[in-house]
Amino acid sequence: MNTDFFILMKFELLVAVIIFVLIFIKLASNEWSTKAVLNVVNILLLTNFIAGFFLNHDGTLFGNMFSTTKLVELQKNILNLGTLIISAQAYTWLKNHKHVLEFYILLLSTLLGMFFMISSGNLLMFYLGLELSTIPLAAICNFDLEKRKSSEAAMKLIISSAFSSGLLLFGISLLYGATGTLNFSELPQHLNGNALQLFAFILLLAGFAFKISVVPFHLWTADVYEGSPVSVTSYLSVISKAAFLFVFVSVLYNVFKPLANTWFNMLMLLSILTMVVGNLFAIRQNNLKRFLAFSSITQMGFILVGISGSSQMGIASVIYFLLIYFFSNLGAFGVIAFVSASTGKETMDDYKGLYKTNPFLSWVLTISLFSLAGIPPTAGFFGKFFLIMAGAGKGNYVFITIAALNMIISLYYYLKVVKAIFMDANEQPIEKLPINTLPKLAMIVCITGIVSIGFIHPIYDYIYSLSFGL
Amino acid sequence: MSEIPLTHILFVSTALFFIGMYGLFTRRNMITMLMSIELILNSVNINFVAFNKYLYSDQLNGVFFTIFIIAIAAAEAAVGIAIIINLYRGHHSIDVEDAGEMKY
Repeated sequence: MNTDFFILMKFELLVAVIIFVLIFIKLASNEWSTKAVLNVVNILLLTNFIAGFFLNHDGTLFGNMFSTTKLVELQKNILNLGTLIISAQAYTWLKNHKHVLEFYILLLSTLLGMFFMISSGNLLMFYLGLELSTIPLAAICNFDLEKRKSSEAAMKLIISSAFSSGLLLFGISLLYGATGTLNFSELPQHLNGNALQLFAFILLLAGFAFKISVVPFHLWTADVYEGSPVSVTSYLSVISKAAFLFVFVSVLYNVFKPLANTWFNMLMLLSILTMVVGNLFAIRQNNLKRFLAFSSITQMGFILVGISGSSQMGIASVIYFLLIYFFSNLGAFGVIAFVSASTGKETMDDYKGLYKTNPFLSWVLTISLFSLAGIPPTAGFFGKFFLIMAGAGKGNYVFITIAALNMIISLYYYLKVVKAIFMDANEQPIEKLPINTLPKLAMIVCITGIVSIGFIHPIYDYIYSLSFGL
Repeated sequence: MSEIPLTHILFVSTALFFIGMYGLFTRRNMITMLMSIELILNSVNINFVAFNKYLYSDQLNGVFFTIFIIAIAAAEAAVGIAIIINLYRGHHSIDVEDAGEMKY
């Protein structure tokens, strides 16, 4: 029993231990140089990631409040990998920063919250994990303390996320009133689709839609992404979104199974809106962070297509796509973070003629954007293909056609960036930048992932074997 | 003396929820917006306690949830106010209209 506790909560305990080690380093000495701290943190995160593959057991703790399965472990491993890559990419930005340790303490607290949220088996545990993963995130958005945009972004994030968790909580309270239980395993038996339960479900859905920035609730996304430091932006757009999506899928498929027909229609509507609005706004952006914000909104729309399939393939394709999305988005954000930390340039006009001075960065950015757009040899194509296949399982072909058309529209703005990099002339292009080992390694990992995941068959098969349908 | 029915309490909590929502959308002062969010969270608290007492008096789930919400609301307000103070240093105002460098 006692060893069970340590093994089942291995992921959480490891992250908590790392947080405490960092706090002790902070308290013990001020003599450590920033570079030494960064190296120690990256080694700790690497051990954390490797340790995630060993000694995994399924089980539940605390009276079903906390549960782990193979699928949950896979999701946590994916999040660990993403955090490691982001930490390596943040090297350029953090090496001149005074408060490195605080950054990592806050970042890992949010990761801890996401882990608790993913393995929650009870709405109370879910809510606690959700708050632990959003409140510190608002604090690290403000990490460039002296920049006006940074504090504006943090203010927008904290107010909109507090509002969305208010909506979510109101939904949970009504759900509790209608069913009398908070346990995920007991809730489905009490759900029969009466008006109160539907209202509660809509409020819950709105809360989730805020967190994963689905269209009527997406307004905070672009501002927060533009204002916060680039490494935080990539964390927000990749790790935090993926964690919320994992929970969203499992809550929809496990808990709201009896309301499947209702949420299928809602998801379809939200998905179409998200794709169209995300695409239209992405076309007119000039700032690359804002551009990637709207592109990530569009990607959420495609993911909703996969979720609405509500089959075993639905979950499998969503997780597979998210794995690919991790690598592609982190590749793109890695380049932008590096250029922004070295020169402070973030707009599309600055990137004109990048290929002449920085061929390596240009290729990384181009391959990542190709993968986001879904052009065949890259993994992004396979990810989107499976999502569309999963969505088509329901037989609603008008919906699938709209999704496919949106993919074509999205090609336009992705290729616009590629054109700026390779073809447009610029009198003062970004000068040649020397790249540190760690960020370069992270970019190479991303590119390897993008090129190879699509062709390695066992990955999708493994994810499929762990998934479940309605 | 007859007991107050559950619907009366639910009416109060729903009214509080929408007052909070209205305040959040119409007020331009950030501190007032945070206060509106507190109203929303408190309406949820009333809901939980009322449901627990009237419908499921054999368990304590709702009351526990309320305690956690109160604690987390405090944490949220603390971080929110810290961010607003930092924003005030840069913008010299806590009006949301003045914090509008990024749009569309």
